[in-house]
Amino acid sequence: MTDNGMFGARGTGDTSGYGGLVRTEASIGSSERPYGGYFDEVADDLERAYPEFSNAIDRVVVDRGELTLHVKREKLVEVAIILRDTLKFEMCMGVSGVHYPNNTDRELVAVYPLLSMTNNRRIRLEVCVPDADAHIPSLVEVWAGNNWHERETFDMFGIIFDGHPGLTRILMPDDWQGHPQRKDYALGGIAVEYKGATTPPPSDRRTYR
Amino acid sequence: MTTFDPYAPSRDTTEGTVFSVTGGDWDSLIQEIGSTKEERVVVNMGPQHPSTHGVLRLILELEGETVTEVRCGIGYLHTGIEKNIEFRNWTQGTTFVTRMDYLAPLFNETAYCLAIEKLLGITDDVPERASVIRVMMMELNRISSHMVALGTGALELGAITPMFFAFREREIVLDLFEMIAGLRMNMAYIRPGGVQQDLPEGAIPKIRSAVKLMRRNFKDNTTLLVGNSIWLKRTQGIGYLDLAGATTLGITGPVLRSTGLPWDLRKVQPYCGYENYKFDVITADTCDVYGRFLIRIDELEQSLRIIEQALDKLEKLEGAPVMVADKKIAWPAQLALGGDGLGNSLNHIREIMGTSMESLIHHFKLVTEGFHVPAGQVYVAVESPRGEIGAHVVSDGGTRPYRVHFREPSFNNLQATSAMSEGGMIADIIGAVASIDPVMGGVDR
Repeated sequence: MTDNGMFGARGTGDTSGYGGLVRTEASIGSSERPYGGYFDEVADDLERAYPEFSNAIDRVVVDRGELTLHVKREKLVEVAIILRDTLKFEMCMGVSGVHYPNNTDRELVAVYPLLSMTNNRRIRLEVCVPDADAHIPSLVEVWAGNNWHERETFDMFGIIFDGHPGLTRILMPDDWQGHPQRKDYALGGIAVEYKGATTPPPSDRRTYR
Repeated sequence: MTTFDPYAPSRDTTEGTVFSVTGGDWDSLIQEIGSTKEERVVVNMGPQHPSTHGVLRLILELEGETVTEVRCGIGYLHTGIEKNIEFRNWTQGTTFVTRMDYLAPLFNETAYCLAIEKLLGITDDVPERASVIRVMMMELNRISSHMVALGTGALELGAITPMFFAFREREIVLDLFEMIAGLRMNMAYIRPGGVQQDLPEGAIPKIRSAVKLMRRNFKDNTTLLVGNSIWLKRTQGIGYLDLAGATTLGITGPVLRSTGLPWDLRKVQPYCGYENYKFDVITADTCDVYGRFLIRIDELEQSLRIIEQALDKLEKLEGAPVMVADKKIAWPAQLALGGDGLGNSLNHIREIMGTSMESLIHHFKLVTEGFHVPAGQVYVAVESPRGEIGAHVVSDGGTRPYRVHFREPSFNNLQATSAMSEGGMIADIIGAVASIDPVMGGVDR
């Protein structure tokens, strides 16, 4: 599905036609202590409760008043259980995927926003995986509510959540080809068949070429 | 299976006999099912069913009238809003997000705009008047949304009159929206940096009288339903979900508060200046459909209280700006009502077309290309009528979002259907789903 999107947008997909924008994938380096606010406390508590902290967590990023822990996927479930039980992050607000096609070996990112109602705190977990091996352990056993969110992220990005009780498509039809939210998937790029007549996808229509 | 029944044809499959039911044929169906030895029946309900709260499909496994398993089939209203946003500039995104949860458009817009403002680092620069208008609009929206929840919820359980009262109240709110934003739904009124336009002349007295009218009108539904013995029988002890279940399933909003936990983001993590308003967080301790119903009824009054306080603030802030001062971000259009409807004010047109080439370039660039948002990601949550709506917004520094994901409360809370309904009667699924109040536009996005 590497095609020009709707409206004949090429390259950047800049539909305005102005600016000649180039997508840059700026990554923010890890932050240094002190992180500020309750973030130091969260990091301290996690280090104390989880001896493998430095091994499991690649980076700690504080940006715009939000704390992100970059977790290795092999350690995700362990970290999640400690965050839930010891640090009282009772709720996981789902999973959001992000696709960075040019970040070699870190193309797919899963982002988990966590909420602690006991301490009124929010943090975020991030797991990066290569496109060629897009497997992340499922967190449904830790937070049951992640069930549908992981199905959605699988549906949209093709990230496979190992151990999920029923990882099937949830928003797209079961027999759909491709994962629509990936950057290499064109916007609206499918043909529509109705009563025997086929309407080509917008990017193939002559007027948009 | 001697005669062909046009309403209930059956065919044999590897899974057993499949009956297709289209209505009006229950006697013959029961006769046929009675002739099979199978106790377990799988019934498909929806997506076109008047009681499933929109295009929700429920796959039920029944033993007699007892539900042993419920699965939800969703996706019938998936429109790819999150994908589409990536192809438009940041401001245009508001017109997409407003169409997700179509009963609570202002909450979608607020979550999205607060996230952009956080990425831009202008959260504190948003003028106070804009924040107060946002709060007032959101609370009006909460009333109209709760009205649909109450009205359709009652209708689905067989009570028709409450629906008429509820939609009467909703109409009042939608009229106010029409007066303020020009549209009754999907108004894209809240914009990055403020709101689309200031309140029209004479809006405050009109809202005040509407508040007075609604406060009186709300009593109609209260007297109809609170303590009504039929209503109690259909709602009390139904759709039970306790705090432990709600926490692990990530449930927020009235369903969480019906377990007794006063968790309301307006109180615990205030945004838009909610810390400056006096209101109570309503809870119930029954964990059932009736508790959620009472919470919604009582939240109406709290919303009215907030609206009144917001109106007092707005009177003091008369003439203050409603958009950030930074002209690199603020929408350049200056709207005014002319003889041919709402459009750019004549003065603004005169300036960009007649006197200042730079103004024209500025207007043109900002409208077509938009503004740049520094790279990074944020997660911003607001308390919608259904719970926490969170916007996870990623920017790569461009003029269009790199990725926008919405943590929709309807999507998440609908997962509780199984926990609420399994082991209960088939008729009670309707009450349980209605008490979650899912909006399929939000579920499927």
